[in-house]
Amino acid sequence: MNHYPEVWGRPRDDVYGSYNPSYLQTSGPKTHTQSPAVTGTSVIAVKFNGGVAIAADNLASYGSLARFTDVKRLRIFGDSAVVGFGGDVSDMQYIDRLLESIDIRENYSAHGNTLNAKNLHTYLSKVFYKRRSEFNPLWNHILVAGFDENKNPFLSSADLLGTTYSAPHLATGFGAHLAIPILRRLFPEETPIEKISKEEAEAALRECLKVLWYRDARSLDQYSVAVITSDGIEVKENQQIEAQSWAFAESIKGYGAQVN
Amino acid sequence: MSLMGQQPHSEAIGYSFPQSTNAPIKEHSFYPYTDNGGSTLGITGADFAILAGDTRSVAGYNINSRYAPKVFKIGGDDETGDGAHIILSVVGFAADGQALKERLDAVVKMYKYQHGKPMSVRACAQRLSTILYQKRFFPYYVHAILAGLDEEGKGALYSYDPVGSYEREQCRAAGSAASLIMPFLDNQVNFKNQYIPGSGEGHALESKKPEPLPRETVEQIVRDAFTSAVERHIEVGDGLQLMVITEKGIEEIYTPLKKD
Amino acid sequence: MFRNNYDNDAVTFSPQGRIFQVEYAQEAVKQGSVVVGLVNKTHSVLVGLKRNAEELSSYQKKIIEVDSHMGIAIAGLASDARVLSNYMKQQSLGSRMTYGRPIPVDRIVNQIADRAQTNTQHYGKRPYGVGLLVAGVDEAGPHLFEFQPSGMIHEMLACAIGARSQMARTYLERNLEKISNSTRDELIDHGLRALKETLSQDKELTVDNTSVGVVGLAGEDAKGKIESFKLYEGQQLVPLLEALESGETKEDETMEVDS
Repeated sequence: MNHYPEVWGRPRDDVYGSYNPSYLQTSGPKTHTQSPAVTGTSVIAVKFNGGVAIAADNLASYGSLARFTDVKRLRIFGDSAVVGFGGDVSDMQYIDRLLESIDIRENYSAHGNTLNAKNLHTYLSKVFYKRRSEFNPLWNHILVAGFDENKNPFLSSADLLGTTYSAPHLATGFGAHLAIPILRRLFPEETPIEKISKEEAEAALRECLKVLWYRDARSLDQYSVAVITSDGIEVKENQQIEAQSWAFAESIKGYGAQVN
Repeated sequence: MSLMGQQPHSEAIGYSFPQSTNAPIKEHSFYPYTDNGGSTLGITGADFAILAGDTRSVAGYNINSRYAPKVFKIGGDDETGDGAHIILSVVGFAADGQALKERLDAVVKMYKYQHGKPMSVRACAQRLSTILYQKRFFPYYVHAILAGLDEEGKGALYSYDPVGSYEREQCRAAGSAASLIMPFLDNQVNFKNQYIPGSGEGHALESKKPEPLPRETVEQIVRDAFTSAVERHIEVGDGLQLMVITEKGIEEIYTPLKKD
Repeated sequence: MFRNNYDNDAVTFSPQGRIFQVEYAQEAVKQGSVVVGLVNKTHSVLVGLKRNAEELSSYQKKIIEVDSHMGIAIAGLASDARVLSNYMKQQSLGSRMTYGRPIPVDRIVNQIADRAQTNTQHYGKRPYGVGLLVAGVDEAGPHLFEFQPSGMIHEMLACAIGARSQMARTYLERNLEKISNSTRDELIDHGLRALKETLSQDKELTVDNTSVGVVGLAGEDAKGKIESFKLYEGQQLVPLLEALESGETKEDETMEVDS
């Protein structure tokens, strides 16, 4: 005890060590998401005659930890649109809530939800662009699949910067490197999508997911596929990668404790 | 707390007091721009203007899409752009380009609604400069070129930097291959470094006077510029989108480029 | 002297359950010149009678294009209508911007109705002194809506508002069957006829005082899905008015044969 009342009852630095004031954080800028936390990997999709097929695995990673193994990254909107999410999972859930509220609002209208996949993609790209312009991005890269106003198959992408582009087959993340070349070989860009059947498209996606499972360390062998046609959306959520062949792994050398 | 942040005590024992933290200010690690590559160019003639751009969209070494247009009709009556009399090309960050195009489109539409007549290209050019400059400290990261016909029916072309500096010109190349194309245009459109043979020796040699070129010649120059740029720049290729604006309206032409 | 104590603002009910300011606003609509709207299976048509304040002045605009798929006809205070049409224009532009789709007609009509209603429930506000007929097409086909200063909206098959509009309504009611099954051109014709019914003895429909707006689904061979809103004014009206006249003389002739 000393004659400075304001220090009475305070922990002495020589006993406890001085307090680390950086925990107080009274100043400094308001911080937004600077990097994603729990993430999903690739989404892949391909157009075919009369519709679009889209697929993503069921994993949500926390860094290199396979944290959640039953996360559905394909979300359905209305009765003919599917959004596939790559990137931050909490941002995906936020966007999903947005979509839910839009769907409800649309259904109050006399003629129900008339927003098609193209409208939805336009909207989502604006959301992404607005948030990136506020320096508070939604950390996702999405694919939107469905139909446009003329009932033609529609497939387009949007990312955290608000960049959009469209092509007959698209893939986000690792898929852009691994799946696109496979899809391009199976369905060359010169061949019209009318020549691609629903079965071929779906089989191609499963094949791509298998390759991703082999080579993308943030992927999983359980996945979801959605096939959108004029009859509606067919979603299969708990799919398993089959007919795996790890024979090639034998030939990989030069890593870990292996000597030769 | 008069003792805050000081070393007030005669005794050697230290105590921790609440104090303003001087934690280092965190920097945003999110970068809101990306370069989607590609190139555009515009040339005017006596009674027409041409804007052209390749249709490749890239992200780093990835090709996002082989058909992502960079030239747009402004102020059309509907989504197809029918009824427009101004065209705009944007190259750089595609999401900003899209946002800029839509803003200008809305401005031109509102102008027509409020004044009962179409906006002149000159007015639109000035307005585009203002729009760009308003975002001086968070710019639209694009090089824009605006084209149309002026009050006398002559081809008009305005080129911009990302923060709104602009100038009316005969020709301009923008985007990743601008440095490859622009010298070619200087030589072929403005006849730079071309002299009249036998007109004199040394400094007396008379330079060839530039004059408006016919449409066929201009179209050929555009095609040559792009086929050459495709050879030498990896971000340029896939397709060439040409828009020709004459008193009859806007003509859009698409021709393939090399996809390698 | 009798004085109405319940009409000083738009937020006080009279003991009879009326809001006088709103009713007065409806009177403003009745003083505006007449506009007629009607729909068939493919098109929605607006027809209006323009007035000039004095001989030397221009005619007041009665039909305004809001977007390429929608237009409005106004009866009442034109300046209030301008506020509403600017709002509608912005909303429809906003819809095209954010969703890339033309705004559904019932959606935008509900939006202006909500705006109008707030004006009847807040102190210091005044109801819009204008009635609107909104014609447009969307995914569900052609529509016609009537909007009143009270914030009431109705989807209509045919409707007329403004001065002497009762005569037009009578015509529309009598010919409803024909209107519903008409072609595009017949629909315009019915609109002009209904409008003509409202004219006083010494007046006629001319290229100066008539206004026609048409919007609808596009024909089979057209390239778009809709026939964009088209406003007919001045010399563009000549064929429409001629068709109206020739149709009438034909009817006169047949009537003579009948008798």
